[in-house]
Amino acid sequence: MRVVSSEQSAHPVLIFWLVAGWAGFLVLPWYGIEDGFFGLEWVTDGYPFDPDYAPAIFLLADGQKPWLAPLILPLVAPLLVLGRSKSDPLFSIVLVAAGGIGFSYLIAQGFGIGIRGYSFSWLTALFGDLSDRQFGMGYGGLFVASSMLFLFTHGIAARGAVNGDVFVVGAIGCVIVIVTAFVFFPIAKMLTAAFITEDGGYSAAVFASKFFDDRLWGLGCLAGNRCGAAWNSLFLAILVGIVTTVLGLAFALVVTRSGVRFKRALRALTVLPIITPPFVIGLALILLFGLSGSVTVFIADQFDVQPTRWLYGLPGVLIAQTLAFTPIAFLVLIGVVEGVSPSMEEAAQTLRADKWQTFRTVSLPLMRPGLANAFLLGFIESMADFGNPLVLGGNFDVLSTEIFFAIVGAQYDQGRAAVLALVLLCFTLSAFYAQRAWLGRRSYTTISGKGDAGVHPLMPIRLSVPVVTVAIAWAAFTAVIYGMIVYGSFVELWGVRNTLTFKHYVTAFSVRLTENGVHWTGSAWDSFWTTIHIAVAAAPLTAAVGLITAYLLTRQTFAGKNSFEFGTMLSFAIPGTVIGVSYILAFNVPPIEITGTGIILVVSFIFRNMPVGVRAGIASMSQIDKSLDESSLTLGANSWQTFRRVILPLLRPAILAALVYSFVRAMTAISAVIFLVSAEYDMATSYIIGRVENNDYGLAIAYSTTLILVMLAAVGLLQVLVGRTEIGRRMTESRTSA
Amino acid sequence: MSISSSAAPVGFRDVTKVYGTDVLAVDNISLDIEAGKLVTLLGPSGCGKTTTLRMIAGLEMATAGTILIGDKDVTRLPATDRDVSMVFQSYALFPHMTVFENVSYGLKFSGFGKSATRDRARDGLELVGLRGYDDRLPSELSGGQQQRVAVARALVLEPQVLLFDEPLSNLDAKLRRQVREDIRAIQQDLGLTVVYVTHDQEEALAVSDEIVVMRNATIAQTGTPRELYGAPANRFVADFIGEANLVPCEIASVSDDTAEIMVDGYRYVLPARGLARGPGLLAVRPSRIVIGTPGGFDARVAKATYVGVRMEYTLEASFGSMFAVQDDVDSPLEIDQQVTVGFASTGPVLIPDD
Ligand SMILES: Nc1ncnc2c1ncn2[C@@H]1O[C@H](COP(=O)(O)OP(=O)(O)OP(=O)(O)O)[C@@H](O)[C@H]1O
Ligand SMILES: [Mg+2]
Repeated sequence: MRVVSSEQSAHPVLIFWLVAGWAGFLVLPWYGIEDGFFGLEWVTDGYPFDPDYAPAIFLLADGQKPWLAPLILPLVAPLLVLGRSKSDPLFSIVLVAAGGIGFSYLIAQGFGIGIRGYSFSWLTALFGDLSDRQFGMGYGGLFVASSMLFLFTHGIAARGAVNGDVFVVGAIGCVIVIVTAFVFFPIAKMLTAAFITEDGGYSAAVFASKFFDDRLWGLGCLAGNRCGAAWNSLFLAILVGIVTTVLGLAFALVVTRSGVRFKRALRALTVLPIITPPFVIGLALILLFGLSGSVTVFIADQFDVQPTRWLYGLPGVLIAQTLAFTPIAFLVLIGVVEGVSPSMEEAAQTLRADKWQTFRTVSLPLMRPGLANAFLLGFIESMADFGNPLVLGGNFDVLSTEIFFAIVGAQYDQGRAAVLALVLLCFTLSAFYAQRAWLGRRSYTTISGKGDAGVHPLMPIRLSVPVVTVAIAWAAFTAVIYGMIVYGSFVELWGVRNTLTFKHYVTAFSVRLTENGVHWTGSAWDSFWTTIHIAVAAAPLTAAVGLITAYLLTRQTFAGKNSFEFGTMLSFAIPGTVIGVSYILAFNVPPIEITGTGIILVVSFIFRNMPVGVRAGIASMSQIDKSLDESSLTLGANSWQTFRRVILPLLRPAILAALVYSFVRAMTAISAVIFLVSAEYDMATSYIIGRVENNDYGLAIAYSTTLILVMLAAVGLLQVLVGRTEIGRRMTESRTSA
Repeated sequence: MSISSSAAPVGFRDVTKVYGTDVLAVDNISLDIEAGKLVTLLGPSGCGKTTTLRMIAGLEMATAGTILIGDKDVTRLPATDRDVSMVFQSYALFPHMTVFENVSYGLKFSGFGKSATRDRARDGLELVGLRGYDDRLPSELSGGQQQRVAVARALVLEPQVLLFDEPLSNLDAKLRRQVREDIRAIQQDLGLTVVYVTHDQEEALAVSDEIVVMRNATIAQTGTPRELYGAPANRFVADFIGEANLVPCEIASVSDDTAEIMVDGYRYVLPARGLARGPGLLAVRPSRIVIGTPGGFDARVAKATYVGVRMEYTLEASFGSMFAVQDDVDSPLEIDQQVTVGFASTGPVLIPDD
């Protein structure tokens, strides 16, 4: 019976997308609406005849936008084959052709005709001047585009791709399109921007002049002057990579191979970088070591030396980034260090190697892939970091901040920003590629399935003394830094008036109760609520995109899967500043015109954080035995039903983790955000950076402390929820087995 | 230069091992392992075999007692300084080193020169039949080959004692038989002292000079395979080795170390093993049950299974059920048939009922 039902061509999904397409064409406003995606003013404001709000069909009837007319064809064509059986070749051909041509045409007209008529001079040459123009697409365009896309994938599935699975083919198509639109397209746009001349033409000379700039590649620092931003970034990133890897390894060794007690506290360190906005560390360092920092003042008093600005520049940024990213290296290395099978080390000992020889010839070589991985992560994070160099950089220019100043500063030079972003992207992509190439070839973890019991030997003495000392010192330093953050938020004016006060919290977060309800009078509330809204909107979308991608990667095989995976993980290696610049360049003109809206923030978060959702999904999906899906499929469910009824319920912890993680990341992100915020949509982090630039440290730190507490609560809530789901799962299991 | 042996005896004197504060893994055991012998530690899961072995290796330190290797007290000596090698259940081959590097690993730390190291490693690989595999990585070998590399790596050090922890459990049934024979052959050729852990009683019976049966952190019995099989010291050993039927009986009379017993009216004479008159317990191997003995006790055939080389029966007697095997497959008994049952003239033993 199943066979018959899947043979029916009048598939409900197909009908759904056709209806959506027609609705987009006949009913919904075709172009984007000024007062926001979710504003509903248009319904009462002249719809459907006002050309700003009119659906495509009304525009056409009015004689406007004639280039939309051909879209009727691909909407009509599928209706003609609706009655045919799925295996009929005509059915799939018509769907593929209609969907493919319709989608391509929609894209082509969007790019071809913009706010000044034809976007390309050769189009004008071909068709003459166009008196009309168009803006970015809105609901109507979105619906028709989706409809075309899914008609196309439906047709492909009908031709037998991925066993004719409509859901899987549709999901693949959807992920490819959105990743192309929001990752590859902006990057490509940025690439071209690097070649654009003053008058809009393209020229390699422009690129060359910006690329071979002394401010980028200069080596003046060898002669005591300033070096170019590219060298600075590279040098800093290599240093941070090495230092964080060494410290991370020290922590990992202390936790797994020493008798030290406070291991749980060390593990707790790993949540810190997730919940701390990156520049907060920089602020705390200023409180300690800045010109009027406590340590600086203390030393100046004691030893009668002149306070210096040594912190601002390479030292400060290096310390701040090391503090911020060591926990990440630790997280990577703890898995690797624990993953070295104890029996390897025991075998070495029974073969007469002493502890130090065992460590050197067996443990360390087995950790090598993990060390490379940790180094590259530190490298990428340092390259991408924006907040700390902004706060502490001084005259030490790095790429990420230079990009920012190229676009927001007095220079306003998009081309230069694009060139700098390209250089930065090249560095991080090379590191990303090196990491994958390295790890792909050597993984030592699973060579034989059966494990022996056994315990990791303790570190040899000559190793453990320095390692434990360094780890404890660094942990103490981290604790002091976080203590400073909390304490600093209560100090009236650091270094000048050291009295304790709630002033900053009051300024930021005061509320007044009147008879009309609550008045959010504090200066921070605006950006706080915007941040919460954006983060709440982004979290479920990020989790959904991430988990669906993970599902496709773990559970399905299809042509081009490797490049698919590479493409989806790529955005991990794209620094936030690059995302920011490329989004500005790509999305302030039609066909997708979303700069200055909340949508662009949401979108940027989705694609910034998607790799984490994918990783989390892959990790937990590979623990769910594939036979579960297969039994569901043989019981007559299709793959969508299997995904929804079998996989999703089992993935609840992973979903929660992805949700909270993307929520928290959206609250702490700064590098992309700072380009994308607008007066209407200001985010907490960019507000704080603004306060810092006005030297209003008290408020900035009070706000940061509040953010950290909010996110700590979010992470705590997650732990509680995940704990409960697991108990729930165990209970249902025992019920079914009983 | 070829590999020889410097085999030494191993002694345990009142050794106890406690994990943490209250997990008693080995409880006050004493044990003597002769030089040049292959001794098996046998017992159910969790009885402390691995722990005992790891204490010989120096990977766990005894909580109390003394451990001797040769004449030397090694109780407090770490693994590195003991002249003991171990073959791990997972083989623990170093995945980042070639076969040759794995085998020469221990030699490097034992003061051999470059060329001596090379010759010895070659000899070791030759001994286990892996000549020409020098440059492979462990991941490029089959399970059986990995196992042999692990053996070679331990052998080339000419240790005083060689330890195996369930070395065959990752191999398939056929390879198991072959590898265990190889191990036994090498051990006998070189005269090594080997301590071997397994929970497969057939494997233990096949390779051992002596078997130590362990139970709940203590030693249940020590002896040659024949002694354990023929004269189990208690019902645990009888049951664990060779699935003996435990039959309650009445010791009717004892004279000159010979006892006459009654089983449900059936009279049988066997060595008394120091037991006195009264109720007793008899261990009878399935193959020593003779169906159709005149004057035997009554039983009913409850189940009959044809397994090719023999017939297997479950018999219901008045005192419970018994498991018997018969070589006669041509005229099998019917289910529910009533039969009289006796024992072969040798085989059944009285065991102390503890
Ligand atoms: N590191 C440890 N910490 C605490 N208890 C342990 C440890 N290692 C073993 N035990 C306990 O000691 C007892 C003996 O363990 P051992 O590994 O020696 O058993 P075994 O006889 O080798 O069993 P198997 O046949 O399953 O390998 C078990 O109860 C086990 O749970
Ligand atoms: Mg064991």
